[in-house]
Parts: sequence; C-alpha cells; structure tokens
Amino acid sequence: MLKATNVTKSFGKLKVLKGVSAAVSRGEVVAIIGSSGSGKSTFLRCLNYLEKVDGGSVTIDGESLVSTDAQGKACYAQKEQLRRICLKMGMVFQNYHLFPHMNVLRNITEAQVHVLGRSKTQAAEYGAELLTKVGLSDKAQQYPYQLSGGQCQRVAIARALALDPELLCFDEPTSALDPQITQEVLAVIRQLAGEHRTMIVVTHEMRFALEVADRVIFMEDGVIAEEGTSQEMLGSGRSERIRRFMGE
Amino acid sequence: MRYFNDGEAFLKLIKLLTGGLGNTLLIFAWTIVLALPLGLIVALGRMSRRRIVREPVRFYILIMRGTPLILQIFAVHFLLPILMKFLGTNLPFLSFLLAIRPNRVNSTIIAFVINYAAYFAEIYRGGIMAMERGQYEAAQVLGFSRAQTFVRIILPQVIKRILLPISNEVITLVKDTALATVIAVAEMFRSATNEASRTGSIEPLIIAGVFYLIMNTIITWLFDVLIRKFDYYKV
Ligand SMILES: Nc1ncnc2c1ncn2[C@@H]1O[C@H](COP(=O)(O)OP(=O)(O)OP(=O)(O)O)[C@@H](O)[C@H]1O
Ligand SMILES: [Mg+2]
Repeated sequence: MLKATNVTKSFGKLKVLKGVSAAVSRGEVVAIIGSSGSGKSTFLRCLNYLEKVDGGSVTIDGESLVSTDAQGKACYAQKEQLRRICLKMGMVFQNYHLFPHMNVLRNITEAQVHVLGRSKTQAAEYGAELLTKVGLSDKAQQYPYQLSGGQCQRVAIARALALDPELLCFDEPTSALDPQITQEVLAVIRQLAGEHRTMIVVTHEMRFALEVADRVIFMEDGVIAEEGTSQEMLGSGRSERIRRFMGE
Repeated sequence: MRYFNDGEAFLKLIKLLTGGLGNTLLIFAWTIVLALPLGLIVALGRMSRRRIVREPVRFYILIMRGTPLILQIFAVHFLLPILMKFLGTNLPFLSFLLAIRPNRVNSTIIAFVINYAAYFAEIYRGGIMAMERGQYEAAQVLGFSRAQTFVRIILPQVIKRILLPISNEVITLVKDTALATVIAVAEMFRSATNEASRTGSIEPLIIAGVFYLIMNTIITWLFDVLIRKFDYYKV
C-alpha cells in the first residue's frame, strides 16, 4: 500500500531523516514511536507531501509520489497525479487545525463538495454519519471554539475520513489532550483499527500502540532503530533500548 | 456669531457645504470601491515568491507610504495628462484608460486609490501572515487547490482579523478627502475655507468639522455592526 525507501531530509544543515525505509500493507496499523526530535513528524509529513524529501522514494498504491533519479535528485509526480496520490492519504494533526470559521458539519463537508465534487446533500448525509461514528452527532452546528480538545480531534478525524482516504496518518493525535480526554480519541482510532483501516500513528501512548498497532517502528536520530510486531517491540520481551526509551 | 444665531445664513452655509459634500463622497466612495480590492492584489504581489513581482511592489508601497499624500495628489494631477497621452499613443491596448478624463476630481481619486491600496495591502498582508501554517496544511491534505485554500479558508479568517485596522484607514480616508482642496477640487473643505475667508468667520470650518464627525460616526457604527457579524466564531 505504502512504500518509502531511503527517505532523506535536512533542514538547512540539520539532517533530520538519514535514510528511512518503511512499508505499510493494506489494513495494517503501524505505530511510530521514538524520542522527541527523532524525526517522526518529519517522516510522516514527507509521506504526505507536507515536506519535500531530499532523496529517496515514496510509492502509494503503486503510484510514485516521489522517486530519485540517477543524479540523486528527488523528482515528484506531475501536479494532477500528485493531487490524486495525496488524496489517498488523510492526516490528523496534533493541534487539529480545524477551520474555525466553519461549523463542525461544514468542516467535514467542505472538501467533499469542493474537492471531490459531491453534492451538498450527499456530503451532509455522509458528514452526519461520520459525526455519529465519532460520537458527536449533537455538535454538527457548533463551532470549533465551542468544543473541547478531544471533541475537536474527533471532528478532525471525521473530516479526514470524509474523503475516504486509503491511508490515514495521525501525528500525535492525543499529545495536546488531558489524560482522560485522550481515551475518547483513542477509542475512535481503536474503532477504525477494528475496521481494518490502514493507518500510521505517531504516538507516545505505549499501551495504546501495543494494543492497537500491528507493527511498531522505533525511530532514533533520523533512522529506524528497531522495528517489529507490537508484541516483539513493546511486549515483555522488549529490548534494552526500548526499555530505556520508555524510562525503565 | 455670523451663522449660529441667524437661521437663514446658517441654512445657506449648510447648503454650501452639502454642495461640496458631493465631491467629498465621490472621492471617498471610489477610493473604497477601488482601493480595497486593489490592495488585496498588491498584498499578493508583495508576498509573491517571484522577486520580479515582489520587489517592484515593495518599492511602490514604500513610495506610497513614504511620501506625503498631498504630494502624490499634486504629482498625479500634473503627470496624469502626460502619462495618459503617452499610454494612449504608445500602448494602444491601454487606450481604454483614455476614457478617464484627466480632471481634478479624477486625479484626486487616482491618487487616493493608489495611496490607500498600499496601506490596505499592508493590512491584508499582516492578516495573511498572521494565519497559522496549520490552516494551509490542513487545507492541503484535504486536497484544496491554492486558490480554493485562499478564498475558502484563509480570506474569511483574514477579513475578521483586519476589520479593525481597516476601519482605522477608512476613518482617516474621510478626513483625508480634505486634501483634495490643494488642487482646487470643489469638495466640502474647500467650500468651508472659501466661505471662512470670505466672511472672516471660523464657523464654516466648525460646521465642516461636524460634517466629518457625522460621517465618521456612521462609519464607526457600520464597522461595529460588521465586527459583530464576524463574532459568530472565535479562533
Ligand atoms: N520546519 C523545520 N525547520 C527546521 N527544523 C525543523 C523543522 N521541522 C522539524 N525540524 C527539526 O527536525 C528535527 C526532527 O523534528 P520532528 O518534528 O520530526 O521530530 P519528532 O520526532 O516528531 O519529535 P516530537 O516527538 O517532539 O514531535 C527536530 O530537531 C526539529 O527541530
Ligand atoms: Mg512530532
């Protein structure tokens, strides 16, 4: 479904990704863990075309988002293809980034109507359905500022789902939330995992990763330091390095 | 007390001033109608990624904000006929500009429009730059084009933020229309100064001041309504 090969990325002199390769198959849930500054967000953003890679390749569903030519120059797909590929991916941000001037339902319908060309009624029906799914059917007419952080994040998840992405990315979806509220967001993601949606989740919630992820990627200093099933990585047989990272 | 205790003279003065008010409002209205959209274009030019666009616009804004408006009014007044003749003969595709008659009122309007567009542009630019990157990123991952992102996501939020500074400029504009008097446009301030020097009374100027105050009271109120309209959400 998704294949990233040898992705490199620097910000000025700072090498943030030093050759990261990862593959995600359909229906798989992959958790990315690692200490602050290890490049987790940057990697996710490279997959999403929110950052441009310096080198390496990213392929989604057999279509090439970016590849590197013989001279080592990263070549991105043409504009239309780029758009199509990016629409296969949804993204949920740490700080939600809802559109504050639109009510909750409109946040979810706007792209359906103006990007996918769905009719307004169709979009609204689907929007209502998704709001029910994330447990916010009564908030359709509210504005983001009237919601709690957890509710905002659930709206953001519904907004991403509305475009039927084949791969959903989460960048620390609960890091801005109180511990109790974290659970309501994790419950939604857990539910999505139950539906066998393909997801990549950057998270600091180790218990959640163990429970929900099929595979865990541990990043350190711009590379993948360890990778394995969630049991191998986070179960009782976890490595010394992971133990250190978890502060044991 | 020449006018304030003589009803007939007072009415005559009011009539005289409202006669000049026509041009005052004309300058004001055209400046608003033209400079607000033009300012947005200038702001986008100022933020362009292309240097060849950005730098000339930066220079234009510097001139407009860095020199007195009164000087710009003179400059347009003297240069406009020359410029139009030049454009009309050398650049036929611009010959539609010749439809603008190079009279005093039009010179004033043009000077005001290009001056205020620069100020509005900087207000727009401030509003646009204050937008957090997350809004652009959220729009991008949802597949909105750059134009859609600007029109549907960014601009509506920018407008809410800039209403107050825009209202400041609009209020200043009302008072600045008095500068048109320097190239002898028959607007309200000129009517008032003429009358004042003819009769040696300050009262026409006081009444003119009251007129400006009334206009700005209305504008303040309009902006209050507008700002309240945008109060339905908070960031
Ligand atoms: N736009 C940017 N410009 C410059 N440096 C950046 C930029 N984005 C990230 N960095 C740097 O790249 C490094 C990796 O950042 P990244 O956000 O990917 O880490 P992370 O693993 O997601 O960390 P965290 O757990 O804190 O979110 C950091 O040192 C960060 O300061
Ligand atoms: Mg991060």
